[in-house]
Amino acid sequence: MPQVIKNGRIQGDEWKVLRGVGNDAAATLAVPTGRVIVPLAVWQAQRSQLASSAEAGMLGVWLTGDTDLDALADDLMALPLIAVDFPRFTDGRGYSIATQLRTRYGYAGELRAIGDVLCDQFCFMIRCGFSTLQPREERYNLAQIDAALTRPDEFSGPFFRNRRGTR
Amino acid sequence: MYKYDEYDQRTVDERVTQFADQTARYLAGELSDDEYRPLRRQNGLYIQRHAPMLRIAIPYGNLCPAQLRMLGHIARTYDRGYGHFSTRQNVQFNWPNLEDVPEILGLLATVQMHAIQTSGNCIRNVTTDPFAGVAADEHIDPRPWCEIVRQWSTSHPEFSFLPRKFKIAINGAVQDRAIIRVHDIGLDLVRGADGNTGFRVLVGGGLGRTPIIGEEICPFVPWQQILNYCEAILRVYNLHGRRDNLHKARIKILVKSLGVAEFARQVDAEFVHTRDGLSTLTQAEIDRVVDRFNDPALPELPAEDAGYAAQLAANKAFANWVKRNIRAHKAPGYVSVVLSLKKIGAAPGDISADQFDAVADLADQYAFGEVRSTHEQNLVLASVRQADLFALWETARSLGLATPNIGLLTDMIVCPGADFCALANAGSIPIANAIQDRFDDLDYLHDIGEIELNISGCMNACAHHHVGHIGVLGVDKGGEEWYQVMLGGDQGNQAVLGKVIGPSFAAAELPDVISTLINTYLDCRHEEERFIDTVHRVGIESFKTRVYVERDARLEGRKRPDAPSH
Repeated sequence: MPQVIKNGRIQGDEWKVLRGVGNDAAATLAVPTGRVIVPLAVWQAQRSQLASSAEAGMLGVWLTGDTDLDALADDLMALPLIAVDFPRFTDGRGYSIATQLRTRYGYAGELRAIGDVLCDQFCFMIRCGFSTLQPREERYNLAQIDAALTRPDEFSGPFFRNRRGTR
Repeated sequence: MYKYDEYDQRTVDERVTQFADQTARYLAGELSDDEYRPLRRQNGLYIQRHAPMLRIAIPYGNLCPAQLRMLGHIARTYDRGYGHFSTRQNVQFNWPNLEDVPEILGLLATVQMHAIQTSGNCIRNVTTDPFAGVAADEHIDPRPWCEIVRQWSTSHPEFSFLPRKFKIAINGAVQDRAIIRVHDIGLDLVRGADGNTGFRVLVGGGLGRTPIIGEEICPFVPWQQILNYCEAILRVYNLHGRRDNLHKARIKILVKSLGVAEFARQVDAEFVHTRDGLSTLTQAEIDRVVDRFNDPALPELPAEDAGYAAQLAANKAFANWVKRNIRAHKAPGYVSVVLSLKKIGAAPGDISADQFDAVADLADQYAFGEVRSTHEQNLVLASVRQADLFALWETARSLGLATPNIGLLTDMIVCPGADFCALANAGSIPIANAIQDRFDDLDYLHDIGEIELNISGCMNACAHHHVGHIGVLGVDKGGEEWYQVMLGGDQGNQAVLGKVIGPSFAAAELPDVISTLINTYLDCRHEEERFIDTVHRVGIESFKTRVYVERDARLEGRKRPDAPSH
């Protein structure tokens, strides 16, 4: 079972991320059973079939860095899980998407970083509001993730805000 | 200058620990080159031509003696006995071993210094006027605002992986000495109608491959909201700036492609949500920062010191130095002194370990312990009594720090160039040295008067060649080093980009080209007219024509076997 970091703890994870779906196939693709995180296009194309699954806490949606949140936010707020994809760890758009989801739209559900998620960016991700970090598949062994979490809690709060006791 | 509190110190200490761990994991093969690269860059470490280059932050150019002595120690112990001041007011060491860098950073942390965000695609060292807090023409002291921007931007979680680097500069004086118009964000401190402090915000300026003068997107942002407003700008940039092409990734390209009006609209739409947000500033916050600056109490002095006047009258060399290297101070009886790092024969901006120590001593003895680095690669002693100037000058002269050339032709801005930098196409220091040799006569230099010559070894424009009165750019032509010459650029309130005068030159030709430009100016100038004003009055065409006519004559002369040698 893949390991993720959820609210600061390593734990096994049952969610499957559905990838490699072109927009054409979004409407017809069969969404597997169990906990699954689907691309935004699949959610948009099959909302009526998937809504009950989302309500039951079994369905999440993942977003890319070019998602126009303003047009979608109302639709996404009720989801139990939103994931943001980092195609490369140097692509920082996901930090702004997460910040906006938390601060501007008030999203309170599980917010998960997926894709090229590396230990050395954990602290930035947590500070932008991600509650779950899903490290890049097969990049780390358990000991390495454990070490990352037990390192000095550097910058655990935003330096600037931390000093003033907010967040 | 600003003194760290426990949060500042802890952050720097933790960054040292973090970086030591990152480097150990890299050396152990746990981190790939690609994974380690942005981590080391965000800590100022480049892999360069000879060795790693470590760029140490000097936030808005402020230095104290203990820091200078530590830089001297590092130069002596880990480098080859010298350092180099960059055009971002930072200091660079060109010869440290990668394995030693965590130790160097540990030493820096003991004197409240670091290398955080001196490189990488993040918010870089904030810069300002080197005369901030003491300049006679200043209306609002920019230093506390710089410090607040430093704290806010340090390890900012949302903006640590931007499309490209991001530079902020702040001006608080009548004359902009921070070139805010060529920064990603330029902040101009202004007073609102009610007398309250705020910021005129410029965006999208920058030099490099595509030089652009920044444009105003908001005439007045109240100080309480300035970080929220900057977050709105940065968020629009982070989400929409290009990431597909390194050369089109700066915010200036986004602003150009959207148009400044549309960009401003998007920022405003975001600002609706960031306004009054988590980065809202309070008076208590400002007071806390201002208090920690703990500026020296300058004893009251008469406006004119009699002894000083006598020394000026009696010693021409001293008077020359005073004429060039002194700037007006807001307090009567005081001046600011520019120590020249542009001694003939030296690499502009270079400073030896012994000079680091000596400047620290000078600052202790004469300048209330306050030193500034300038983007023009010199050092400033912010507050000096008129009465102390003569003694200061004599000591500085013996140290090679009193070349009376500030603002003159040999006070060039020069990047490290191909001798050190892996990005450079061509050498810049050898060109600077050749021009220094040609113009080594001080009387002649003083006669030529104020002129800015900026030499960059590649189009990244670290030496700001576009805004030099004369700009020189090293280019690669079929593996050979050639140099483009630009004319008519200017920094400051009327920042303008220079224009290329024509085909490029071989290295050996440059002293002659500069001579022709100077001679053209001397022939055309009106009384008291500066070089740049003559260029703007007569136009670059006559300069250009004469440069190429004389060049052709030189080349022709060389071809004839019986040409007289002279």
